[in-house]
Amino acid sequence: MKTAMDCVKLARDPKRPHLKDFISIMCSDFVELHGDRLVNDDRGLIGGFATIDGVKVLVLGHNKGSTIEENMTANFGMANPDGYRKAMRLAKLAEKFHVPVVTFVDTPGAYPGREAEERGQAEAIAKSLEFFSRLKTPVVVVVTGEGGSGGALAIAVGDRVLMMENAVYSVISPEGCAGILWRDGAKAPEAAEALKITAPDLKRLGVIDVVVKEPAGGAQKNHKVAAANVKKAVLAALKELKDVPADELIEARYAKFRAMGNFFNC
Amino acid sequence: MAWFVEKTEKPKIPPAKALWAICPKCKSHFEKAVWKKNNCICPKCNYHGRLSARERIAQTSDDGTFAEVFRAVSYSDHLEFHDATGPYKAKVEATIAKSGETESVVMGTCKIDGHKAMLGVMDFAFMGGSLGTGTGERIARACEQAIAERRPLVLFSASGGARMHEGILSLMQMAKTSAAIARLKEAGLPYISVLTDPTTGGVSASYAMLGDINITEPKALIGFAGRRVIENTIHQKLPDDFQSAEYLEAHGFIDKIVERAEMKGFIAKMLEYWGF
Repeated sequence: MKTAMDCVKLARDPKRPHLKDFISIMCSDFVELHGDRLVNDDRGLIGGFATIDGVKVLVLGHNKGSTIEENMTANFGMANPDGYRKAMRLAKLAEKFHVPVVTFVDTPGAYPGREAEERGQAEAIAKSLEFFSRLKTPVVVVVTGEGGSGGALAIAVGDRVLMMENAVYSVISPEGCAGILWRDGAKAPEAAEALKITAPDLKRLGVIDVVVKEPAGGAQKNHKVAAANVKKAVLAALKELKDVPADELIEARYAKFRAMGNFFNC
Repeated sequence: MAWFVEKTEKPKIPPAKALWAICPKCKSHFEKAVWKKNNCICPKCNYHGRLSARERIAQTSDDGTFAEVFRAVSYSDHLEFHDATGPYKAKVEATIAKSGETESVVMGTCKIDGHKAMLGVMDFAFMGGSLGTGTGERIARACEQAIAERRPLVLFSASGGARMHEGILSLMQMAKTSAAIARLKEAGLPYISVLTDPTTGGVSASYAMLGDINITEPKALIGFAGRRVIENTIHQKLPDDFQSAEYLEAHGFIDKIVERAEMKGFIAKMLEYWGF
């Protein structure tokens, strides 16, 4: 029986397919666009236009990187405020031309750095949540690895939220939670269990719509099969959303998130 | 027991905490009565200390106008969460019994110097002001009621962030509240966000930073990540005033630092400028 902590380990496996692997397997082309037009081009969160089976999309995603050099320049996919502001800029562009947005979520969390705070990490995430909730073009989210708290959610407000079988998505890392509530980071497996962070649990809680199957043993065993499964699920979601008028789309998106955690019949 | 046994019982001296208020910023000691009389503002360094939700409401709304709403919307233990110290349910029930509040934000309609408003105030004493499903639900409902009744929204935040005992659904309250705020703004209604000490994590990274204006009080702590987490990440010591109200204002994320005594008048003045 796979535990929540087993999924955490699989989700963090360095050999797991990362954003660039998904793009190269799923898309026939990809043109990256850079910069937030303010201060920087964040490498932890990147985006550009791409084609998936003839469908033109904007791809946005956390860029963990697959080599040490890439890991370092991209902060292991921990985005700075500049990354979230770039994501909004590109999504606005996609909206202008009615191009749907596909986001790939894989981050330990937003970057906790001095400049990140000075440039408004909190404000950038908040704005992103507000912005994507009203974006008048379809948004399909795929949680592919680590869905780390606010830094993940900032690009995960969408019409359909898909999640890979061994991905995790949580309000806080199991280690962080264990450190605070158990006063012992080593109790992370207990915390992981208690927090309910696996794809089947999140499906039950109504936070995600679709669990995407992974090859036996995990996505790291076969990138091609993993990405093909994601591709199929993304295309199916895009097809469902294609002809929905923009106003209906954002009302349905509001209703979707509005219903989360409403246990109160009063 | 012999009759001549010496009485060794120590005289009862109340613990220092019961007598003294210690300013968390400048570490000065004051008699509790002095601190309270000064409205929890440090007489020495002007740090604006924490108030309960009820104290804020009394200081912000016109006498007798505050009508609480959504009080029945409380916490939810959908994960039946247990940690090393026991079940979440026991902890939150104890907080409810002690504070008399049923969630970390108290919401109601009121008038502020004659201007009608929807007023929400977070209480840090309630589970660290954490954002739970009940908190998010109250804020979303407040936005919807504000739209229906054409009321401006004034929201005082004080929070350590999302409530991890409620798992992923506490995270989702960031999306839910931000989406509700977006609709309020689209409806042409003002939203004044007051970030009080402390406003951090998932609350600063959602509705608290989304005000049409974001205001705060002197020396309030406002930030996303915790100081220690950042220092451990970048291996550098951060400046003392890092994440202070003054630091945030200097970096462009706060419209104005407002003294507590001026707060109500300032909010009313803004609503007046905007025709509400």
